Amino acid sequence: MSIEAPAQQAELRPPSYWPFVLPALIVVLAVIIFPWVFTIWMSMNEWKVGAPTTFVGLANFVRMPNDPRFIEAVGHTLAYTALSVILPLIFGTFAAIVFHQKFPGRGVLRGIFIMPMMATPVAIALVWTMIFNPQLGVLNYLLSLIGIPPQLWVFHPATVIPSLVLVETWQWTPLVMLIVLGGLAAIPSEPYESALIDGANFWQMFRYITLPLITPFLFIAAMIRLIDALKSFDIIFAITQGGPGSASETINLYLYSVAFVYYDIGYGSAIALVFFVLIIMLAAVMLYARQRMHWNEIGGGA
Amino acid sequence: MSFRQILGKIALWISVFVIVSPAILFFLWMLSLSVKYEIDNAAYPPVFIPDRISLDNYVQVLTSNRFTTYFFNTLIVTGSATLLALLVGVPAGYGIARMNAHKSAIVILIARITPGLSYLIPLFLLFQWLGLLGTLVPQIIIHLVVTVPIVIWIMIGYFETTPMELEEAAHIDGATRWQVFRHVALPIARPGIAVAFILAVIFSWNNFVFGIVLAGRETRTLPVAVYNMISFDQLSWGPLAAAALLVTLPVLLLTVFAQRQIVAGLTAGAVKGG
Repeated sequence: MSIEAPAQQAELRPPSYWPFVLPALIVVLAVIIFPWVFTIWMSMNEWKVGAPTTFVGLANFVRMPNDPRFIEAVGHTLAYTALSVILPLIFGTFAAIVFHQKFPGRGVLRGIFIMPMMATPVAIALVWTMIFNPQLGVLNYLLSLIGIPPQLWVFHPATVIPSLVLVETWQWTPLVMLIVLGGLAAIPSEPYESALIDGANFWQMFRYITLPLITPFLFIAAMIRLIDALKSFDIIFAITQGGPGSASETINLYLYSVAFVYYDIGYGSAIALVFFVLIIMLAAVMLYARQRMHWNEIGGGA
Repeated sequence: MSFRQILGKIALWISVFVIVSPAILFFLWMLSLSVKYEIDNAAYPPVFIPDRISLDNYVQVLTSNRFTTYFFNTLIVTGSATLLALLVGVPAGYGIARMNAHKSAIVILIARITPGLSYLIPLFLLFQWLGLLGTLVPQIIIHLVVTVPIVIWIMIGYFETTPMELEEAAHIDGATRWQVFRHVALPIARPGIAVAFILAVIFSWNNFVFGIVLAGRETRTLPVAVYNMISFDQLSWGPLAAAALLVTLPVLLLTVFAQRQIVAGLTAGAVKGG
């Protein structure tokens, strides 16, 4: 038998699995690879809808650092992203610890808890707009009950980004919860048992047993959150359209305006490329930070 | 039960309440807005539990002739994009898993990272040149950007966990590779296909960004239609809330009834479209 095995192996994994992959490959080439290649080409052209195109090299990229609206959008994106990563991570970890406990109705309550992230974002945005309404909104009413004066929420430049982050946090905390919950399920019970015998309290057990063991899962959650928050579009577009003024205009929203309001396809393509590189770079920085941290843990762990 | 345990129980229930209430209160408020008369919706302080409720808002939304059009548009776009994705994605996931071609998953990863708008610019021009813009075809094609990566990603993961022994046995018995896939691998993979199907449907149904650019008046999907309602009749909250609830209701029902599959799919691949 053992002599026959290699021959069988060779028979089982020749390139003849290609017919299975080919249709998908064609689709991926058409809707993912082609757009990318075409975008790179367009970004090097002066390309406006209805006007002849001319090759301009890197001029579209040079335009970006001198475009105050773009620079401002980068700032908004970074602020929005930082908050939209940190807050869901904190609340999601807390929620995961709670849902890791056993209590009656846990399944149903978990189902309700993950509803915000599955619900249609535009439909949610619409209801949040009503909730944020400064005159009739239920949020200002609830705040008035505990003596906080009415806020303008998404209607004021200073509060618009935190308000949108509130929606984003409400929406995406469940995803962090699910990922961390998966991490908690993988932790064996022995460390807790011995910690209990040693008289550790709840906080100490969390800090010295749970937290180190779920760190890889927190990292994955943070990574996904980072990418999604950078790309966030539906909620911002449906609630504020980047306003008031341009106070909540992120790169993605600015990209939309450039490409589909001003029809400046060339510049829009250049922004799309820079945006993609920015996402990859930030993800790489996080990966690097994680590796450094990991190295420090090992180095300082003795 | 000791005092300490009781205290722990109370703390747990308070925590559960704190965590779940934002979601519960939000959807209850949405429901409340959608069944109230305009007078109650415009009242301050807000009316939480109205004295009288009506389904007028729903009737108003459902009888406006466009809603049915938009509903069927969404059904056609989501249905076609999901079925096409399953058609090409399930075999692809199988092939990639059996060839151990893990590097090819990087394309899926790039698709996952790329903002949806980046696809829109080139594909918009392409559809314009092809003269397809007045139809649903552009939206079906561009929704593949969302559905195909989800299906491939989930199916790779699933086929990697299914046992090879049966397939090898069928192979030795003289079955062709296609027959092995069709009659051995595919039936075993049914739960994985269900996960891929559900997630593809949800993320395609919810998609908004492709529609606002590609949809004309006749080809809007429901999320785009709802967005247009925000900009045009900002004043009456009742019909708006009713429309919002109707749009997201299929997804919410799926979430409740297919919670296990959704959780499995999201934590395995952690994919999200758009």
